[in-house]
Amino acid sequence: MKTELMMGNEAIARGLIEAGCQIAAAYPGTPSTEVLQAVIDFRGLATDPLHIEWSVNEKIAFEVALAGSYTGKRVATVMKQVGLNVAADPFMRTAYLGVKGGMVTVVADDPGPHSSQNEQDSRLFCLQARVPVLDPSSPAEAKSMVGKAFELSEKYELNVVLRPTTRICHSRQGVAVSAPVTLARQANFQRDPTRWAATPAFLPQLHRKLNGKLAEVASEPDWQPRRTPGTGRFPRKALIASGIVYGHLMDLLDELDLAGSIDVYQVLMPYPLSPEFVKTVRGDYDQILILEETYPVIELQLAHPGAVGKGGDHVPREGELTPDVIHQVLAAFLGLAPPAEPAAERRGQRPSLCPGCPHRTAFYSIKQCFPQGIFPSDIGCYTLGMNLGAVNTVHCMGACISQGAGFFQAYRQDGDVPTIVVTIGDSTFFHAGIPALINAVVQKVRMIVVILDNATTAMTGGQPVPHMGLLADGSSTQPIAIEALVKACGVGFLEVCDPYHQEQFENLLKQADAFTRQADGGLAVLISRHGCLMDPTVRTQQESYRVTINDKCIGCRKCVDAFECPALKMDSDGIVAAVDQDRCVGCGNCIAVCPVKAIVKEVKS
Amino acid sequence: MRQQIIVSGIGGQGVLFLTRVIAQVAVNRHVPVLTAETHGMAQRGGTVLSTIKIGAFASPLVRSGQADVGLILWEANLPVHLSLLKPDGRLLVNAVDNGPGQRIDASGVARNLGNAVLANLVLLGFALKHQALPFAAEECGLAIEQLAPGKYIEQNLKAFQSGLDYAAQAAS
Ligand code: SF4
Ligand code: SF4
Repeated sequence: MKTELMMGNEAIARGLIEAGCQIAAAYPGTPSTEVLQAVIDFRGLATDPLHIEWSVNEKIAFEVALAGSYTGKRVATVMKQVGLNVAADPFMRTAYLGVKGGMVTVVADDPGPHSSQNEQDSRLFCLQARVPVLDPSSPAEAKSMVGKAFELSEKYELNVVLRPTTRICHSRQGVAVSAPVTLARQANFQRDPTRWAATPAFLPQLHRKLNGKLAEVASEPDWQPRRTPGTGRFPRKALIASGIVYGHLMDLLDELDLAGSIDVYQVLMPYPLSPEFVKTVRGDYDQILILEETYPVIELQLAHPGAVGKGGDHVPREGELTPDVIHQVLAAFLGLAPPAEPAAERRGQRPSLCPGCPHRTAFYSIKQCFPQGIFPSDIGCYTLGMNLGAVNTVHCMGACISQGAGFFQAYRQDGDVPTIVVTIGDSTFFHAGIPALINAVVQKVRMIVVILDNATTAMTGGQPVPHMGLLADGSSTQPIAIEALVKACGVGFLEVCDPYHQEQFENLLKQADAFTRQADGGLAVLISRHGCLMDPTVRTQQESYRVTINDKCIGCRKCVDAFECPALKMDSDGIVAAVDQDRCVGCGNCIAVCPVKAIVKEVKS
Repeated sequence: MRQQIIVSGIGGQGVLFLTRVIAQVAVNRHVPVLTAETHGMAQRGGTVLSTIKIGAFASPLVRSGQADVGLILWEANLPVHLSLLKPDGRLLVNAVDNGPGQRIDASGVARNLGNAVLANLVLLGFALKHQALPFAAEECGLAIEQLAPGKYIEQNLKAFQSGLDYAAQAAS
């Protein structure tokens, strides 16, 4: 069999294609993004027709895929864990109504978290939604679960969730590949209003059916926990793990020469948990250690009086269960010599907006114009505007506009309203900003909304956004202009400006502020438009100077701290600033920042 | 073969590419390999770490004090990641100044080749020549050819070779 080196996300994508998936819809978000990206890359292998889309948000992605399943075809939708919150509404109802063609929802969790606003556990979400969920422990296993997940989904007509975590998504492994199946299915939607349009009258019946199915799913032979028996050295004790944590545990047992000395169970399907397994564990063991990320989902269902897990004090309830953490926990559970305390975690260098990033100059201008402003912002690269003091709140996709509105209402009751400048990226605006903008206009909110338009979903690697007029495969489609949308929302002040033109940009910010304060004024929108510098064509097309710092520099650090371009640093003595020519892209935006005009540019020869 | 390797740097230094090259060498040898990589926000110039485990492992993460080799592209990361290295582990550092480990101004060498980003492969060459990694130069060359986009292959191989040669000079 052929083996290819693949990231977990690519392995899942390959699994989707090999299983004959015909609709794949996603909204990008770390750590899930590369799944759909890889479906796009592998699409040439598919033998059945395959529709791939970057949807405007996760709810839409889910619903598009869902209806595809109603026609009998295999479908998938992909999102990160907080994306499932956005898709929660259709997701919950789908449990009752079920599916036809196999439906796999890939939800990538982020224990840690590394790149998310929380570390919620989608397995617990599935428990509350009554949706079966699979927990792979490696990229190869994740791939092998995809085809079987479709089979399970079709056998019971249920949506099935595959839940990788960051360490699966972004791990690489040699993964066996094979040729895709050809299912040659024709779309065939069977009308059944009592199911697909079920009114409350039909729901108790559907709920009962769901519970019956779940009881059967829990006992499916393919998805029973896997036992590795021990020698009996630790009688009536067992270790239970799921997901990547199982891998960490096996390596650790190996390194401690404990492999095969104690019963170990790998849980493949944390919900619904096998009743036979629950019975065995309750009967055969007095003490069990349960290792799972991030919430005690298996532990809850086992309800074992001798359980050591996240429900108690012995396993950390928050953060990743890294091999070092597991070592501590395992040593305590088995009465081994405690390992040396791991070195205190150190954060290293914080991320920052790229050299030449248009967001940086937009944020700098905002902070310059309104030093006392309130700055709600949102999810994306531009969250890093925090480093410039121009981001005060970051909550969830699209929240900044409604939060800005809430700040306005609260301050207005008392009289003076400070300048409120909301910053939202283009992709986030489409995702969840539009209803919030309509709401703010209707509620007579006076604030400035700056839409940071870099014509891409930069944080996740450049997926197309609706105003680009591009589809997932790069072909063209109808572009949706942000300007027209903003006007249609009833906004009375709309300007567009490249933030590289700092003076003009700041003038427009001041005009926008005046508009929010004049009698017949209201909400103002400024579109800050400049391409993302991660896009090489943007970089090669814009003017690039040789930027240096001359001997006028007084070492005030303003360019390093307040502007914080990563290409600017204090020299090794910390006395004057210097440009790191390896990283400088020659945008020249820092020149205006220096109070003594020590930063100079010359045209590159 | 059992090897645990860490690659430490900041976003934009090609830590991921170096990780993939090493993993590809293992795949070409038909030896199991697992990597863990940093993607997302940290890639915007923040500290990033890759771990590579070659051999019969089940997890891609490296426990404290277990790494056989540390390839450090960003010297300031040393206090953050050094604790992962075994006491007798091999440490290769891209740095101008003196300090722990075997050192090379990989960024400087790469800059002379026209692009500081190539420091990743310079450091790889340097590690090989010092026998810190159990690979042959030809194997790495092949992996680079497999993974680099066509027009960059030659430049990448040159960077790798410069690392190999640099070590030779230092040794003589
Ligand atoms: S010109 Fe200034 S702001 Fe632009 S990348 Fe170089 S140092 Fe940074
Ligand atoms: S270059 Fe200008 S802003 Fe930067 S430290 Fe020197 S004087 Fe201050």
